[in-house]
Amino acid sequence: MDADLELDCRDMRCPLPIIALANAIGDIAVDQTMAVVTNDPAARADVPAWCRMRAHEYVGEDAAPDGIARFVVRRLH
Amino acid sequence: MTNSTDRPSGYLDSASSEPLHPAARDVLLAALDKGFADPLALHGSGRNARLLLDNARSVTAQCLGVREDEVTFTPSGTSAVHLGVLGLLLGRSRVSSRLVHSAVEHSSVLQAGAWHAARFGGTTSSVGVSSSGLVSYDGVVDALSTPAGVLAVQSANHEVGTLQPLPAVFAAASASSVDVPVFVDFAASAGRLDLPAGWSAAAASAHKWGGPAGVGVLLVRKGSRWRPPFPVDDRVDPRVAGFENVPAALAAAAALQAVLVERDSVNARQSELIDRIRSSVMASIPDVEVVGDPTERLPHLVTFSCLYVEGEALVTELDRLGFGVASGSACTASALTPSHVLEAMGALTHGNVRVSLNRDSTSDDVDRFLSVLPEVVARLRA
Repeated sequence: MDADLELDCRDMRCPLPIIALANAIGDIAVDQTMAVVTNDPAARADVPAWCRMRAHEYVGEDAAPDGIARFVVRRLH
Repeated sequence: MTNSTDRPSGYLDSASSEPLHPAARDVLLAALDKGFADPLALHGSGRNARLLLDNARSVTAQCLGVREDEVTFTPSGTSAVHLGVLGLLLGRSRVSSRLVHSAVEHSSVLQAGAWHAARFGGTTSSVGVSSSGLVSYDGVVDALSTPAGVLAVQSANHEVGTLQPLPAVFAAASASSVDVPVFVDFAASAGRLDLPAGWSAAAASAHKWGGPAGVGVLLVRKGSRWRPPFPVDDRVDPRVAGFENVPAALAAAAALQAVLVERDSVNARQSELIDRIRSSVMASIPDVEVVGDPTERLPHLVTFSCLYVEGEALVTELDRLGFGVASGSACTASALTPSHVLEAMGALTHGNVRVSLNRDSTSDDVDRFLSVLPEVVARLRA
């Protein structure tokens, strides 16, 4: 999946990837997408939960070239 | 002897372990002196122990609305779950060795399924839950459309408090084309809510209702095809091996009896306090999610997750202020993975706190907790 911005959150433990995501969401325009790349096992639940709580869109999950999970979010407001 | 529980008033973790009920304490101390002997021995001390053990079984059966010969005391709730799940699977091995379970079962159910799969080539299927933790009825029906050995569904969730629709689950499992025995882990609700009929085996743990730790209760419905999954011996109860913990079993029964007498008033008081926590948390903390069903829930328990906060930091900071709470966040567990319950619900897994009230938690205890919580969260977010 394409993303307008990619955050490298490898080896960060929860909740640091979500904090990084929240801090960076203002760096993309509304309707643009951001990918969070992280091996934190909590992110699979917490990225979609953050999107629901903050009213953004969770686009989906794929993997970075090194196999680390990549979670894509669309800024809605 | 004292009736004081010496409970620190900030202990809000009864879902992990309820403080010993005063009635259980009195009985336990007396039974330690009177019930030490071998209940199978043919002397007076043995007969005394046997009398106490039979009494414990009889009271427990009466409290739970079951037959005495359906009650087995085990060394823990986990042990009761293992025996219940595996014994039913063994009894059904000619039909199917597949365990179907809800995605939010206690880890002891999941571990029993994994062990059975590794040792005996069984399989497991997980049925999903709603965002409030309610097991999907359609998911159950769908999972049972292929042959299943046992269906395991809890009475209530131990982490988020959501009550499962057991009568509907039993109806789905007993449909004529399916007829699958149901195992019910009722540890979270035992002593608080009645266990509806329809199970083939069920399990609970005395220290969750104010009995001593080290006493589990396994129920096996008369007529169920249950087979001992572990070695047996020639003692009082054919379902479990080893020397009986007579004093603890009797104390567990005494606690259950006492808890049932107080149940209506305690449940009503706790449920109101939990409502207060739910609404206060939502009103006073930004970016928070209260997890679990708001009405179809246990009376004494609430769980919430705070964005951007580490669960371990929350637990540690609240402990420093005198409050003992639990957390399902990954960083508080020995494992690196977050709570499978929160994950299955799609809930936020970090910044998680579970508050569970004791029978004597007061309105003041709750107010003190609610008065410090917003500031703790704000400080940790700063």
